[in-house]
Parts: sequence; structure tokens; C-alpha cells
Amino acid sequence: MNKIVDKEYYSDNVVRLEVEAPRIAKARRAGHFVIVKPDEKGERIPLTIATSDVKKGTITLVIQKVGVTSRKIANLNVGDHITDLVGPLGQATHIEKVGTVLMCGGGVGVAPLLPIVEAFKKAGNKVITILAARSKDLIILEDQMREHSDELIIMTDDGSYGTKGLVTEGMKRVMDREKVDLSVVIGPAIMMKFASLTTKEYNVPTYASLNTIMVDGTGMCGACRVTVGGKTKFVCIDGPEFDAHQVDFDEMLLRLSGYKEIEQKADQDYLDQHK
Amino acid sequence: MSVSKEFLKEERDQAWRNEIRKSLTAKERTSLARVHMNEVDAMERILSNVEVNTGLTAEQAQCEAKRCLDCIDPTCISGCPVEINIPKFIKRIEQGEFLEAAKTLKETSTLPAVCGRVCPQEKQCEAKCFYTLKLKKEPVAIGYLERFAADYERESGQISVPEKASANGIKVAVIGSGPAGLTCAGEMAKKGYSVTVFEALHEIGGVLKYGIPEFRLPNSIVDVEIDSLKKMGVEFETNFIVGKTSSFEELKEEGYQAFFTGSGAGLPRFMNLPGENYIGILSSNEYLTRVNLMHAADSLTDTPILRGKNVAIIGGGNTAMDSVRTAKRLGAERAMIIYRRSMDEMPARVEEIKHAQEEGIEFLTLTNPLEYFANDKGRVNKMRVQKMELGEPDASGRRRPVAIEGSEYDIDVDTVVVSVGVSPNPLIPNSLPQLEVTKWGTISVNEENLQSSIPEMFAGGDIVRGGATVILAMGDGRKAAAEMDKYFKSKK
Ligand SMILES: Cc1cc2nc3c(=O)[nH]c(=O)nc-3n(C[C@H](O)[C@H](O)[C@H](O)COP(=O)(O)OP(=O)(O)OC[C@H]3O[C@@H](n4cnc5c(N)ncnc54)[C@H](O)[C@@H]3O)c2cc1C
Ligand SMILES: Cc1cc2nc3c(=O)[nH]c(=O)nc-3n(C[C@H](O)[C@H](O)[C@H](O)COP(=O)(O)OP(=O)(O)OC[C@H]3O[C@@H](n4cnc5c(N)ncnc54)[C@H](O)[C@@H]3O)c2cc1C
Ligand code: SF4
Ligand code: SF4
Ligand code: FES
Repeated sequence: MNKIVDKEYYSDNVVRLEVEAPRIAKARRAGHFVIVKPDEKGERIPLTIATSDVKKGTITLVIQKVGVTSRKIANLNVGDHITDLVGPLGQATHIEKVGTVLMCGGGVGVAPLLPIVEAFKKAGNKVITILAARSKDLIILEDQMREHSDELIIMTDDGSYGTKGLVTEGMKRVMDREKVDLSVVIGPAIMMKFASLTTKEYNVPTYASLNTIMVDGTGMCGACRVTVGGKTKFVCIDGPEFDAHQVDFDEMLLRLSGYKEIEQKADQDYLDQHK
Repeated sequence: MSVSKEFLKEERDQAWRNEIRKSLTAKERTSLARVHMNEVDAMERILSNVEVNTGLTAEQAQCEAKRCLDCIDPTCISGCPVEINIPKFIKRIEQGEFLEAAKTLKETSTLPAVCGRVCPQEKQCEAKCFYTLKLKKEPVAIGYLERFAADYERESGQISVPEKASANGIKVAVIGSGPAGLTCAGEMAKKGYSVTVFEALHEIGGVLKYGIPEFRLPNSIVDVEIDSLKKMGVEFETNFIVGKTSSFEELKEEGYQAFFTGSGAGLPRFMNLPGENYIGILSSNEYLTRVNLMHAADSLTDTPILRGKNVAIIGGGNTAMDSVRTAKRLGAERAMIIYRRSMDEMPARVEEIKHAQEEGIEFLTLTNPLEYFANDKGRVNKMRVQKMELGEPDASGRRRPVAIEGSEYDIDVDTVVVSVGVSPNPLIPNSLPQLEVTKWGTISVNEENLQSSIPEMFAGGDIVRGGATVILAMGDGRKAAAEMDKYFKSKK
């Protein structure tokens, strides 16, 4: 079980893995995630299911290396097995026909955005997608996104590809130009915070998919808690998507750094051992 | 499921029982002093995860067994939720037939080595012992003796695998591998059913694994019990969330004809105080899961844990006691219990409170948290608390704590573990809209037979009772198995 059947590098730090998991492949909907524990001594981390192939019985994960566990997973090869894999978890995205939707993906947030873009297109919406990254080599899944979008806009911080500027600038340009009915933003917490402030200015309802720290992913521990509209919510069972205008992003950003020092040291140790 | 007086009497009248009972007078028996449990020294044990209680020697156990009067009306049995034939197993110990004693335990209890360690005996069997009720003396140490017999059997390597009825080809699913699920699985396997246990986590055992720490219940003991279930043919599927990984409909299509849900009371509660989401404030479930399930304190594992210098645990139950003693073992200089009532109302087992005191845990009773403060990195560094006094008794019969105006003060803390209870795990109810639940979110069952509003679904343990005990969960698993069997027989 959990055998890796295909692997592709999108960039040095971003990898796509196709993993055998027939039950999960069948049960998952856009917006769901899995919890992965790469080996016996490993940590449990959440990863979005980018796509699945029910016939082949596989799910696809897109992983960005940021620390020990994501590195361990991204370093697995075809034929290897993931020790523990459980899902699908979380609430599926609510997909409906609303008119024009603006989809914004930053960094590795593009991967979880892909199934949502696909589903909104299928539901008959006009889909405008913005992909944003620091530079050209960090832009991933461009072709797949183009296939399912009516319009694709690429923004890079350094101008090495597409239009130079932050994701929010691209969003403003679209919303100045035409009426947007709904927006979905997925990316680093800081990007979601500013993207959400931007759509708030334009009064566009917005969903953000939150990537908090998790342990079990089943509602048992509360590590993933965030404040939404003044109430404590658990991202793994109430989310991961929430009304972005209600999310306390500053608190979420703080909580994400909760284990930073321990994690950075662990990451350095791992890198030293695997030189 | 009450054992009949006649049956108990018949057993008591057996020759070996008469003989051993008459070997000493009642006076000789009652003049003996209760045995003390052997323990690792407090200052030594807080440096590691070794089990605190080291068990009785055979000599100690036989001596304690002599205290039991083998009463005509063994009131102790009425205090045990699974009605273990207490005098019978104790007299087997007195006789030196330790394996027979273990067999007696297994007639009604699936996990005696576990219950002997974690049952709140002083509130159950031992509270109903003749010594407690009539003699006003210390009760027979039923829990210690139970542990002794179970450990003896395990260490002897002669574990009796229960006899199995011949396979009947009926597939049943057990959801959750806590004590309720494990017991139900074992009982159904004995009756000849083909049983699969589905568990959401990557380890089998439920709270026995992820909650209760090693120093109280070593994982190896739980593993032996799981192994015997495997030997009986029970199948386990970990990393499988029923209702998510596969739906009930799909499992039915795969041939499962009935279900037992023992999914536990997993959802931690918080108090909604200002600052409660700062870094360093976590639920006891998260704290204990990191340490017990993910082995975060072991330097070879990847899961991180916050090692605090000043650690406060909010609450007074078993979970709070396990968390605070864990904090001490992780190197806390000050490990504190903050509890809003007094020592007398504390729900934790008496033994755990005593052990915690020996280990240097501070008890700030009649104290309630109000607010948390943090440093510029968002890590909690202070908490404001308020003193309380006890007022009139409330619905639970315990005296209600009332805040004392103007008594607020601040305590330096860098880690806070919130241990104020759990709500039922909503995964199963959420995935089965037609399943009836109570207003507390627990699954409604017919108390007579533990059947839910869906006829082929039985349920028990914490998902039905809210946070309860290991032995009650096991009792439910056992009863549900009997009722499930009746359900199949009546369908034929
Ligand atoms: C619902 C959900 C879906 C996700 N989907 C994906 C996905 O499809 N692909 C993917 O690459 N990642 C995804 N993530 C993020 C992924 O879980 C984290 O990157 C991972 O936990 C990091 O673990 P690590 O041990 O490699 O790094 P760590 O050592 O734990 O962290 C390294 C650094 O990354 C930061 N960090 C830690 N956890 C997170 C987090 N959850 N999100 C963002 N930053 C974090 C920390 O501040 C730390 O400094 C998702 C997260 C959630 C909650
Ligand atoms: C820290 C702590 C200390 C305790 N100490 C004591 C003590 O000393 N004495 C005592 O008697 N009691 C104690 N208790 C209480 C006791 O552990 C519980 O009452 C008991 O474990 C309940 O058993 P259960 O089988 O109902 O559920 P649990 O033990 O909670 O097991 C439920 C299992 O079901 C799994 N699950 C949930 N949903 C699904 C799903 N959809 N699919 C698959 N699997 C699922 C969960 O992952 C879990 O493993 C303690 C509890 C805690 C937390
Ligand atoms: S199972 Fe618990 S209550 Fe019953 S006899 Fe043993 S220790 Fe006492
Ligand atoms: S009540 Fe006490 S003395 Fe009497 S049989 Fe039970 S354990 Fe023995
Ligand atoms: S990850 Fe544990 S409750 Fe959400």
C-alpha cells in the first residue's frame, strides 16, 4: 500500500508524487487533504490531494520542501512506500455556479488550487486564474491551470516571467476591470492575508484554504485551531477552507511559527546528514 | 448482565474454595495489614518514563489474598462494571494457582493487565469491599491483585488464547481500537465472526496508546493484548477513517453486516479565554499525543515538543494528572495543577494524585485562569488567575466554586496545557446523518442492547457515555458483542 508509482520535479524544491491509494482516490473531492507520515520515526503532516485517478487507484500530491518531513517525502522515489497515509480529510470545497470566479495561487498553494479551478470550470463558471511566485522557476502547473481557466495571469515578484508585481496587484487589475462574484486564495499565510484584504476592498466573497500546523487531522488535538469570526475553529474538521474575511491571519501567522526554532535545527541536521 | 447469586454460591461451594477459606479464621484474615505497592523512587522515576508501580511479588500477592474473606455476599462484585468474580480469582492467588486466577479474570474482562493498572478501584470494586463498607478498614487491594495475576500470566508465556466457536462466515466491522472496540472485537471473534477493526490513527489502542503515558501503562502491555486478538484472527486496518476513507455503504457492499462504533470522545475543549491561542498553550490531547503516540521526547523522532520551564496544567482529572507528570519528566522546573475546586473534589484517581505529589507537582487548588499574556514572539509568558471558594453543591453534587472578587494575581508560565474535558468525536455522526445523537453529540443507543437508531449499528464507550473509564468502555464492548450476536440469531 501507499506505493509511489510516479515522480516528477517541478523545480528543485517542488515535487509531484503519484501514490497508490485506491480507497482515498475514490472518496476524495476537491479541497480534501491527507495526513502523511513518511517513516517509522516520522512526523504526521497534511498535504492536499491535487488530483486522483480512480481507475488507476492513485492520488497525486505536490510537495514543497520546507523542512524535514516535506524533504523526506519529496525525496522518496518510484517504488518506495509511504509508511502511513490517511484520508481524505477536511470538508470538500463547496462548488457552485456563481458567475465569474477569481482563483489565486501562491507558491505551492497552486497545487491545492488546481482541483478547485477544475471543478469551478466544470460547474460552468468563468474562471480567471492568477499564479504568483517569487520568480519564474517557482511557477508550477502552468499548463494544467491554463487548460481549465478562461484566462491565466502570471505574476512574479522579480518580473522574470509574466507580469512583475505581487499577486494583489494582479487581483486588483482584474477586479477593476470586471465584476468578480467569488474568489479563492491559497498560498502562504502572508499572501492569503493580503489577498483577502484586497478582495475585502472590492466586497468580493473570498475563501482561503488554511495551512496550519496539524498532528492527527481528525479533530482530536486542537493544534490546527484558528480564530474565524471571533470563534475558535479546527482547520482539519471545520476547514481547511474558511471565509477569508473572517480569519485572524495575524494569529495564524504567529501560531505557524510555534515550533520554528526546533524545526530549523532539525532541518539543518537533516541537511547535514544528507549532503 | 447481572451474575446470579446462585451461580456465585455454587462456585463458592467448590471443594477447593471451602478448603482455602477454612485455612484461616476471619479474625486472622482481618488482622493482616494491606500490602503496599512497590514503586520506583520519585526522584529517580521523574528522570525517565519507567513504570512507577513495579507490581507485587508472589509472596506479597498471596499475603494480600489472605485478607479477602471470601464473603457469602461478595459486595465487591457489584462495584465492578464487568462483574469479575473477585473472591474466586483472589482465592486462586491465595492457593498459588496464579494461571487459574488469570483465567477467572478473563471470563469477564478482556484486558485485566490494563484495568489492574488504570481502574479507579477506590471508587469501584474496592469501595464496595466488606472491609470498606463494614469494617471501616482499608479494602482488599483488588486492583493490585488483578494486575499481579494478569502480569504473571503474561510473563509466564502461557497466555491462554480463548476458545473460538467455528467460523460462521459473517463479517462485522469495529470502528475504533480503544478498549471498547478491542473488547467487542475479541468477543465477536470468540463467537466465530470474522472481525475487522478500523482505526483512524497509525497505532492500535485508542487512548491506551495516545493518552495514558508509559509510566502508568506501558505500551508493551497493550501490544500483548492486541497480539492475542490477532492470534484469534481479528484483522486490523490502521489509517482508516470510517465515514471518510470509505463510507458505511461501501463497507456494507464489501460484506460487513454489522458495525460496532467505539470511536471515543476525541474533541478537546478549550475555555475561550483571552490569549488562549498563543504559542505554548495546547490541549492535553495534543501534548500527550505528541509524547505518547509520536514519541516526541525521543531525540530520534521528528515530531517536536515544547519543553517548558514553568508549565501549568488546567484541570484536575486523570488527563490533567498525566499531563503534569509528563511535563515534569520533560524537565519542567515548576509543574503545576491549576484546579478551580479543592483537593477533595478532584476527579483523578487517588493514586495518581499521590504519585504526583511525591514527584514534586504543585497543586494550585481553588484557582481559575482568566487570561493569558505573551512575549513579542507570541509565546505565552504569563497567566492571570483568580482565587475561588466553595459555595453550594451544584447538579453534580460537588460544591460549586465561586470567584473571590479582587483575588487576581499573575503566574509566570511558558507552557500551558488545557485539560478541561473532551467532546464526542463528531466524525461518525457527521458522516451518517440518519444516526440519532443526543444534544451532547454522543450517539443515542437503546440502553438495554446498545443498538443505535440504525439497527445494524451498535455503539459503546466514550462515544456513548462522554468521557468515562476504560472498564466501562470494555463492559460496553462486551455487552454489544452479546447483543450483536443475538441480533444475527434473531434474523435467521
Ligand atoms: C490542509 C493543508 C494542506 C496542505 N497542503 C500542502 C501541499 O499540498 N503541499 C505542500 O507542500 N504543503 C502543504 N501543506 C503545508 C505542509 O503541511 C507543511 O509544509 C509541512 O507540514 C511542513 O513540514 P516540515 O516538517 O517539512 O517542515 P517544518 O519543519 O514543520 O516547517 C518548516 C517551516 O515551515 C513552516 N511551516 C510549518 N508548518 C507549516 C504549514 N502547515 N504551512 C506552512 N508553513 C508551515 C514553519 O514555520 C517552519 O518554519 C498543507 C498544509 C495544510 C494544513
Ligand atoms: C490521558 C487520559 C487518561 C485517562 N486515564 C484513565 C484511567 O486512569 N482510568 C480509566 O478508567 N480511564 C482513563 N481515561 C479514560 C479512558 O481512557 C476512556 O474512557 C476510554 O479509553 C474510552 O475508550 P473507547 O474505546 O470508548 O475510546 P478511545 O480509547 O477514545 O478509542 C477510540 C478510537 O477510535 C478511533 N476512531 C475515532 N473515529 C474513528 C473513525 N471514524 N474510524 C476509525 N477509527 C476511529 C480513534 O482514533 C481512537 O483510537 C483516561 C483518558 C485520557 C485521555
Ligand atoms: S476491572 Fe476494575 S473495577 Fe473490576 S475488579 Fe478489576 S479493578 Fe476492580
Ligand atoms: S467484599 Fe472484599 S473481602 Fe469480601 S469477597 Fe469481596 S474482596 Fe473479598
Ligand atoms: S490537527 Fe489535531 S485537531 Fe486538527
